[in-house]
Amino acid sequence: MAIFVNENTKVIVQGLTGGQGRFHGLRNKAYGTNVVGGVTPGKGGTDVEGIPVFNSVKEAVAATGADASFIAVPPKAASAAILEAAEAGVRFIVCITEGIPAQDEARVYNTLVRDYPNTRLLGPNCPGIISPGKCNIGITAGEIAELPTAKGPNVGIVSRSGTLTYQALYELKQKGIGVSTCVGIGGDPVPGTNFIDCLREFQADPDTHAIIMIGEIGGSAEEEAAEFIKANVTKPMSAYIAGVTAPEGKKMGHAGAIVSGGKGTAQGKMDALRAAGVKIGLNPTEAGELMAEIVKGL
Amino acid sequence: MDLFEYQGKQYFARFGIAVSPGGVADTVDQAVTVAEQAGYPVVVKAQVQVGGRGKAGGIKLANNADEVRLHAGNILGMDIKGHLVKRIWVEHASDIVEEYYASFTLDRAAKKHLLMLSAQGGVEIEVTAEKDPDAIIMLHIDPVVGLSAAEAHKACVDAKINPKAVDGAAEILVKLYECFTKGDCDLAEINPLIFRPDGGVHALDAKVSLDNNAAFRHPEWDEYRATEELDEREQLARTHDLQYIGLEGNVGIIANGAGLAMSTLDVVNQVGGKAANFLDIGGGANADVMTAALEVINFDKDVKSIFINIFGGITRGEEVAKGIVQALGRVELRAPIVIRLDGTNAEEGREILKSAGIPESKLISKPTMLEAARAAVALAKGN
Repeated sequence: MAIFVNENTKVIVQGLTGGQGRFHGLRNKAYGTNVVGGVTPGKGGTDVEGIPVFNSVKEAVAATGADASFIAVPPKAASAAILEAAEAGVRFIVCITEGIPAQDEARVYNTLVRDYPNTRLLGPNCPGIISPGKCNIGITAGEIAELPTAKGPNVGIVSRSGTLTYQALYELKQKGIGVSTCVGIGGDPVPGTNFIDCLREFQADPDTHAIIMIGEIGGSAEEEAAEFIKANVTKPMSAYIAGVTAPEGKKMGHAGAIVSGGKGTAQGKMDALRAAGVKIGLNPTEAGELMAEIVKGL
Repeated sequence: MDLFEYQGKQYFARFGIAVSPGGVADTVDQAVTVAEQAGYPVVVKAQVQVGGRGKAGGIKLANNADEVRLHAGNILGMDIKGHLVKRIWVEHASDIVEEYYASFTLDRAAKKHLLMLSAQGGVEIEVTAEKDPDAIIMLHIDPVVGLSAAEAHKACVDAKINPKAVDGAAEILVKLYECFTKGDCDLAEINPLIFRPDGGVHALDAKVSLDNNAAFRHPEWDEYRATEELDEREQLARTHDLQYIGLEGNVGIIANGAGLAMSTLDVVNQVGGKAANFLDIGGGANADVMTAALEVINFDKDVKSIFINIFGGITRGEEVAKGIVQALGRVELRAPIVIRLDGTNAEEGREILKSAGIPESKLISKPTMLEAARAAVALAKGN
């Protein structure tokens, strides 16, 4: 099994006719993802290398039975695209768009909670999600993800950073450790899906045996995750937190990666996770090595 | 982007939030002109983005033109904790009965807007939170619903704001919330919000931080961008559209991805070195981007070694390597490079670097982040 997406997931790409949407949408399809359609207003009836394009998400869902959407549109259009997908009944929305204003994100998030409680948003500003061998939605290079094995042990990955997610996938591949699902929750202040949402799914997934978590400075999502782990997660975990040396008050590339008023530091997050029984690596490689040790003992 | 006080007050004014009559001045003569218009006595305030300017002598009361000349002359050009005062704000000095605190931010954990309101203003909110946490009202606001006048009024009553000031304060709260949401602020703070003897309420200070992601719908922000305090390195990086933050160390950093860049600083620190900067060149590491990145790093005289940390995902290793080789042909570097190239097709990439004939004194390749960091730090220390 896997979490959130699998071989049965039917995906449409909002913005399939744009540069990013076309490039990544076709890559996802080539990986084996069930990409059933694209959406670009005004371009309905055309196709992108055989993938039919529709004018609206509603039309696309009606015609294809899609239950997931991959949003690759510019920041100005992203909020409306997310809400359009939710309104059309899409169950799982992945939004890779970087640069959406925080006010828009907060409004979209709370609208989803209020009006579309059965829709899950992953991102924005995230690399996407991959259940190796089954489904890849987003910008992850599928070939660096090791396939899970039937008898395990397999590892689940959840991360706020794109490149560090790839790094984690790569470390596990080098060690021949299978991955059940790898989720990039993104680096923005209001992520649609947080660590806890993923940890809960990984804990319930019989084919995930251990979990790697990659966090970074800013906010308190890691501290909240630590509380959740203490109470609910029995599967062994390793973690890495980026930004130990980040100066206060500066946004470190990601809109959400900022230490303010002495809060949101890497040290505080590491301490909280360590207290919850998570093994902490001081760099991404070390977190991978710690996971290799954990897996050996399973 | 953080605004100066005068910009914050000008931004507040767009949303109808009352501030003291006053204006900004770059010269002593301008200061006098503004003072005459605002009416004596006036307060002359240094415009710097650092706390403690009052203690440093950057805020002075002036009762006439001579005093304005004296204080403006002293404050302009003053160095406050490393910040040069280029501008002053001159405003009419207000009589104050009471001082309050009000701010709106996004509470990331609750994913809602947060109003913090206190009848104890004029001191930092962190200090109040420490000494007397009950004196702060915290009200979460659903971004979809917004803040109503009735809720603002109730918050003022709950915060035990003087009953005579409640109407005025509530009105400002509603406007400040407009400023925060429609004005795309990360933070909109008034400290102090003052209650005057004549019964009026207005903002005596303004602390505004804008969300850069919303710049596309705020052409009026261009003037704030022009006055942003950046060091020379950061200015150069901005002209190249690079995500760069200047730091104090001597190991120059280039990485692809914000997380990896942060992680690179950490690893350098872990092995006893200090990074000179944060620089994320994003997913594609082509020759043009790499050239620009190396130019910015090379501009920093403190840099003694350069650590390039690239993880190839969709961008394959050989493309990255070709980009680096081309960039090295375009920039004459003062410091040696240590590169760690990993991920998709990293082997091929390392082969290209090796066969490019670059001498070891200029470029060393290491297989892991940790080894590369050790090599870069050793070079920076002159070993």
